[in-house]
Amino acid sequence: MKCIHGVYSLGMSISHTLLGLLEAGPSHGYDLKRAFDNHFGHDRPLHYGQVYSTMSRLLKNGLVEVEGTESGGGPERKRYAITDAGITDVGDWLSRAEKPEPYLQSVLYTKVVLALLTGRDAAALLDVQRSEHLRLMRELTRRKMGGDLADQLICDHALFHLEADLRWLELTAARLDRLASEVRS
Amino acid sequence: MSQNAPTAPTTPSGAAPLLVASGLHKTYGATPALAGADFAIASGEVVAVMGPSGSGKSTLLHCLAGIVPPDGGTVSYAGRDLAGLSDAGRSALRRGDFGFVFQFGQLVPELTCEENVALPLRLTGVGRKEAGARAAEWLGRLEVDDVRHHRPGQISGGQGQRVAVARALVNNPRVLFADEPTGALDSLNGERVMELLVSAARDTGAAVVLVTHESRVAAYSDREVVVRDGRARDMAGAL
Repeated sequence: MKCIHGVYSLGMSISHTLLGLLEAGPSHGYDLKRAFDNHFGHDRPLHYGQVYSTMSRLLKNGLVEVEGTESGGGPERKRYAITDAGITDVGDWLSRAEKPEPYLQSVLYTKVVLALLTGRDAAALLDVQRSEHLRLMRELTRRKMGGDLADQLICDHALFHLEADLRWLELTAARLDRLASEVRS
Repeated sequence: MSQNAPTAPTTPSGAAPLLVASGLHKTYGATPALAGADFAIASGEVVAVMGPSGSGKSTLLHCLAGIVPPDGGTVSYAGRDLAGLSDAGRSALRRGDFGFVFQFGQLVPELTCEENVALPLRLTGVGRKEAGARAAEWLGRLEVDDVRHHRPGQISGGQGQRVAVARALVNNPRVLFADEPTGALDSLNGERVMELLVSAARDTGAAVVLVTHESRVAAYSDREVVVRDGRARDMAGAL
């Protein structure tokens, strides 16, 4: 499956997510990883190392506890449970609004200004960027058409952000003459 | 007029173009709408025509479809210069080989949805019964068979646009012209209309000229052509 994180990472808090999954009931690290991948890891499954380092941090902070340890033929398997402090932490995280990311087009803006300053074709630069955005939007649209609801919603999230970028590209293209006279003055 | 197949412009894929425009000029009063636009599309391709308002997108579509004659340049369809056809010849082309979807469906309000879809068939001499059956089949493909006996005023915008797509495709056109086909719809309805339009066109192998200013709609295309100041730039080789 193609990765969409090249453009937009989910910026997801892995520790809060694992903690939230643990609230449903105690679990081994392996089962937590599977639950995470199943719900959220369409593009980027968690590494085992991430799970265990996160759990040891949560353990240290008193947000989870080890409910039991099983030793079979292989390595020891810890069974984790969420603590009351952990439940409070998940509740706080869920009720807190996420800070909207501004997605400032600083690199593109810089390129446009430099193109204008150096007498290059800024409109062509914006056209090429539009094509690159559309290429990714096509990929996401194809994936969406053949995907389940989770795929559709994940792709829609990325598509709406790409669309916002494209609107900025169009607006900038429409204001190039004005920008050119300002940066050259 | 020349009957030779044009050699340029070509499609980026190298496929033989079905519809080609070279050096199109069109002026309305003192306003130039097209100033040397080139365009080419092959069978089975979906090409988005993008650009800001007033850039000449719709004029390009109208010239390509033989709705308005360009002041300069040529439009060739299947190797035939449209300027070499009589008015009746161009009308026959629009009825038989071309299909159209516009922003506001433009269904005939006095006819039922099924009669609207059957209309292009009736105009090309297909009998009432067969036309009705084929119309019903297309309404089914566009998931609006439940409104076949309704009139346009009795259905939603999204349903109306699906009926319009069915009407545009019922004749198995070789070229489908869609001018802002989802411009009047909300996101969900617009998306479904695009999915159905593109899959139906791909099934029939029709070329689709899709005029849109919406990137989410253009994302259903294979490539985009950007019209700016009356000139068209094919972005296929831009990356």
